[in-house]
Order: sequence, then structure tokens, then C-alpha cells
Amino acid sequence: MTLKTLMLGACSLLAIAGTAQAQSTTLTIATVNNGDMIRMQSLTEDFTTKNPDIQLNWVTLEENVLRERVTTDVATKGGQYDVMTIGNYEVPIWAKQGWLLPLDNLGADYDADDLLPSIRSGLQMEGKLYAAPFYGESAMLMYRTDLFEKAGLTMPENPTWEFIADAARKITDRNANLSGICLRGKAGWGENMAFLTALNNSFGGRWFDENWKPQFDQPEWKESLQFYVDLMKDAGPSGASSNGFNENLTLFQQGQCGMWMDATVAASFVADPKNSTVADKVGYAIFPSKEGVDNHGNWLWSWNLAIPAGSTKAEAAQKFIGWATSKGYTELVASKESWAAVPPGTRTSLYDNAEYKKTPFAGPTFKAIQAANITKPTVKPVPYIGGQWVSIPEFQSLGTTVGQLFSAALAGQSSVDDALAQAQQVSTREMTRGGYIK
Amino acid sequence: MARTASTGQKIAWTVVAWVIALVIFFPILYTIITSFKTEPEAIAGISLIPSGTFQNYIDVETQRDYFRPFMNSVIISLGSTVLALIVAIPAAWSMAFSPTRRTKDILMWMLSTKMMPAVAVLVPIYLLFRDWGLLDSRIGLTVMLTLINLPIVVWMLYTYFREIPGEILEASRMDGASLWNEIIYVLTPMAVPGIASTLLLNIILAWNEAFWTIRLTTTNAAPLTAFIASFSSPQGLFWAKLSAASTMAIAPILIMGWFSQRQLVRGLTFGAVK
Repeated sequence: MTLKTLMLGACSLLAIAGTAQAQSTTLTIATVNNGDMIRMQSLTEDFTTKNPDIQLNWVTLEENVLRERVTTDVATKGGQYDVMTIGNYEVPIWAKQGWLLPLDNLGADYDADDLLPSIRSGLQMEGKLYAAPFYGESAMLMYRTDLFEKAGLTMPENPTWEFIADAARKITDRNANLSGICLRGKAGWGENMAFLTALNNSFGGRWFDENWKPQFDQPEWKESLQFYVDLMKDAGPSGASSNGFNENLTLFQQGQCGMWMDATVAASFVADPKNSTVADKVGYAIFPSKEGVDNHGNWLWSWNLAIPAGSTKAEAAQKFIGWATSKGYTELVASKESWAAVPPGTRTSLYDNAEYKKTPFAGPTFKAIQAANITKPTVKPVPYIGGQWVSIPEFQSLGTTVGQLFSAALAGQSSVDDALAQAQQVSTREMTRGGYIK
Repeated sequence: MARTASTGQKIAWTVVAWVIALVIFFPILYTIITSFKTEPEAIAGISLIPSGTFQNYIDVETQRDYFRPFMNSVIISLGSTVLALIVAIPAAWSMAFSPTRRTKDILMWMLSTKMMPAVAVLVPIYLLFRDWGLLDSRIGLTVMLTLINLPIVVWMLYTYFREIPGEILEASRMDGASLWNEIIYVLTPMAVPGIASTLLLNIILAWNEAFWTIRLTTTNAAPLTAFIASFSSPQGLFWAKLSAASTMAIAPILIMGWFSQRQLVRGLTFGAVK
């Protein structure tokens, strides 16, 4: 009798344990290591308290490794991840391949219409959202107000590249280790080519014409690349061909750059008095354009959360994405830390918030994001979307190859003409091989 | 007659050896120094004097769990080494003491698998792991690292075994030793220095393997290589934290290498002088 009772009890316990096991879902989330993502990881208790049946596992990787890892997994339907952090470059390509699940159940109070239209437009296909933006950024000019004042310069509301070049040369003081302007030079599709593609857009140029013919043999590329190389030679820091975001950030924070043109997210770093020696002397301006050209680069990037088609936990994954990209999450960050720490660039309501408006970079960031249009990024018509990138799978490798050629031109290892001729040759070959050029 | 070196020559060679050793060790030393700097200091330029902050270690420990990847590294590197030795000792024995006409070709073929870039087989391996349910598992990674390091282990053991006179094995056979007893009680004890250095080298190789360990794991089986990779950042400063994470990841293997350097050197130079 006792044995029977014991066995019955044990079976009941096992059944209860089994049920509990079955009800608990563990989500594996792949992400990059940046401030906003780390902050989210530390705040997930709010989510797990509201959803005690969902556990979260984080996989944090360096951006390029993450991109390669999640691409392998999503392409083979490996099912290793339930939520992936991907850029707006990947979203349209992956959604078209059927690699992502549509996000149609993000919660009743999600308010997808509140997402910034310029960001949202790059994340949907046939009216369905395939990724939800966690934070968004454009590019803008950060400049030293004290140095401008000293040089008797005033930043116009819509600066031209001609004005910026003059100002940079005036501010440069080699003896004081001060460069007039710091720009990206490190080779890579997401490094120097992000800036140079946007720069070329603002000079009226484009990567491809309507028939996918590369345009490096056109005057706009010649003019923009020559402008960049000359400007960096006269007013850029030494060794600029190996400088990316982080290197220029350090130079600017240490007071060695008069101006820095880069992603809007940089504003929160340069305005941080803990790490920046120039925190109270920074002004912001919109991405410049060439005199007479109505184009401000159209730089737009967002890190988004998406669900790969191989995931078997889509329902729980949507719950998590709905929480992480909601209005409620921004309020949570503001209450736990500050409004300046809220992930920027995704929701209109954030920029209507009186408290958020008080941060020095909120206005310029919003203006830059609103001005960017990745569906019509260039003056002349193009067959692709994307501001500082081109939404074709081949762009990662092609962009990096061209980036290496342009970085060599900046370092003085080749001429601008040679770099452009080689870029034209390489991209024509790749586009023909890819079947774009018949 | 042995050549004698003058004191001057000895000093000169000692200095040269120290310089070479310092050059080789410098990247590790600089990583350790950088781990005690603040982020702005770390990126500011070459400097050998850190401000001495421990904040990076605190940040690394608070941001990520160190213990699980550490245990994964221990299990995977030890497991793959033991598994490789179990397979490689009989293989090297047969090739060293019962060579055929094709033995050299087989050895060369085994080594040639190391000449292929790993990324070339990433997708097939990934698909096999997916279908067999081995993704993000310690067993899968242990088998993978065993296979990767097996050619080197077989080659090293083959070289050591060749140094052992075949007559000794013949004598044991004359005394009636079985094949198993011959390998276990005669061959293995004589080749201990060689086996020890192979074991140590294989542990180091498995501990440091980054391509497969990052690509075939997510959270459960992710070792210290994945732990380090998580501290690099596209936007923001991370060098000091990355250095702290690297120091924490290499410390165990560095300590193990330090204490076993005598066996390592003895094994690696085994058979160098006839």
C-alpha cells in the first residue's frame, strides 16, 4: 500500500514537473554588443516578470561574426535562434527569401503606426512588418562650436560641402594636433563605403543606373571621391585610411577634430562628459550636400529584431519583440536610467516627448532621420533601395572590395582615377556574374 | 670534442633569446596591461603604464557569465584530446611499426585535410549537425575538435613511435605479450614524453579553436572563444573590456602551459637528436 502511494506520488510529481517543463519556453536571442543592447539585457527582468513562462538566453557577438552566424542559420533553417538582431540592409533581402516570419501579433497596444515612417518603410514587404526596429540612426555633422567661433564661422542651417571644406581647412592646426574634419577611411561596406555612398548621393551620384550598370565612370563619383581625398589630405587626421567609427569617436572626444560626420548615435557619446573632453562644445548640423543638389545623403540604419523562419517559438518571440520595441520599453529605460539612454530613432512619440526633447541631440537626430529616404536615395533614378548601402545580397562583398580601392586612394597608394576605373571594372564583372547585367 | 662558447657569446645569445621571447610574448603582455586601463586610455595609443583600474574585470563579470563558457572550454578541450588519443595511438602504432607501401600517402592525405580552409565545409557540417541534433551541444563540438586535431595528433605520435626501437616490441612479443599488452604496457610507457606533449599541445589547440566553436554553438555549449567574441562592438569603446575578457580566457591555459613547460619542451624535442 505504502509503495503504491509512493509510486503514485512520484508519478504525480513527475507529471507536474513535465507540465511545468512543457509550459516554459526558452528564447535564444542573437544580438550585437552595443550600449543599447547591453542595457536591454539588464532590463529583461521586467519582461520575464510579466511573462514567467518565457526564459531568455542571449548570444552576443561581434557584428560581422553575428551577421555570418545568423545568415548560416537562417539560410539552412538551423533553428538555433528565435530572435535575431539584423540591420535594415538584411530585412528586405531575407524577407523576400522567405527566411523571416511576419510580425502580425506584437500586442494590442503596440501601435505600429507610431514607428517612424522612414524606418518602417524599409522593414515591410507587401504591407507586412518583417522586423521591428530597436533603434535607428541617420548621419549628421558634429562640430566644435568653440573652434567655429574662434575662426569666425557660423554653421548654416543647410551647410554645403563647399562651406564644410573651407571651414575644415580654416580650423586645421597641425601644430596643435587639430584636424579640421574626421571622416571614415577604414575599408568595408559598413565602414568607409557607408560614408562615401552617402557622400556620393549628396553629390547627385548613384551606384547603378536603372539597368544595373555601375556608375563609377560618371562625373559624380569622380567629383565626390576627389573632393573627399583632397579634403582629407588638407584637413584630415594622419592615418585616416584606418579610421572607422570608434577611431574617429576617440579623436573627437579628445578634442583633435573640428568636425566629424558620422552616425547620429555618436551624439550620445560625444555629449557624455564622462568620456568626452568636448561634451559642452558640440554643435550638430544636417548632412551637407553639394551646392545646388537637393540630397542629404539619405543615410539610414536601424538595428531590428526579427524571427527566423526556422524558429518553433514564434508566439513567445513575438511577445518579446513586442516588449523590446514598445513605447513601454522606452519609458522603462527612462525610469531606470535617463531619457538620454533611451534607444533613439524608432518612434514618433519619443520625439514628441517633452523630457526627451531636452536632450541636446534629440532634435538634430530626429531631423536627420526624417530627412532620410531609403526608397528614393539618389537624385537620379535607381533600381535599388538603401541610402548608404544597396539592397542586393552581393553588396557586402562588392562594397568591401570597392571600399578597399577607395581606402588605398585615400592612403595615396593609388590615384582617384585608378581607384574608380578598378571599381567600375570589378563591379561590372560582379553584376554580370550575378545576372543583373544581361 | 664539444664546442665551447665564450662568456661573451653566451651573453649575446641570452640577450637574443630574451629579445625574441619578449617579442613573441608582447601581444599577450599588452593585452594584460590594456585590461587595467580605462577605455579612453586603451584607444589613446601605445602606453605601457595603465591607470590600474579593475573596472573592466567587474564589467565583464557583471555583463556575462564566465563560469559556463569556462566549464565548456574545459570539457570540450579535454574530451576532444582524450578521444583523439584513443583513436590516434593505435593508428600511429600501426603506421610506425607495420608500415605498408601506402603509409606515407595516408599520412600525407590526413595532413592535407588541414590545408583546406574551414569555411569551405561550413554549410555541409552545419547541415549535418542540424540534422543530427548536434548544434550547440558539447558532444558535437568535442567530436568536431577531435576530428580537426586528429591529423596533427597522429603525425606527432607517429614521429615519437618511430624513435622507439622495434626490437623492444619484438622482444615483448617473444615473451608472449598480446597486441593490446604490447601497446599498453610496452609502447605507451616508453612514449610517455611524446604522448604528454601531444596531449598538452592538443589541449591548447582545442582551447584556442575559434572558428567552429563560435559557429556551431549558441549558449549551452559556447566556450570561452565565444565569450571573448561577445565583447567586440561596432559602435563604442570596448578594447579594455575585450582585453580583460581575453585575459580571463587565456589565463587557465597560460597557467597550465607554464607548469607543464618541461614536459612540453621535452616532448617537442623528443627524437630531435639521434
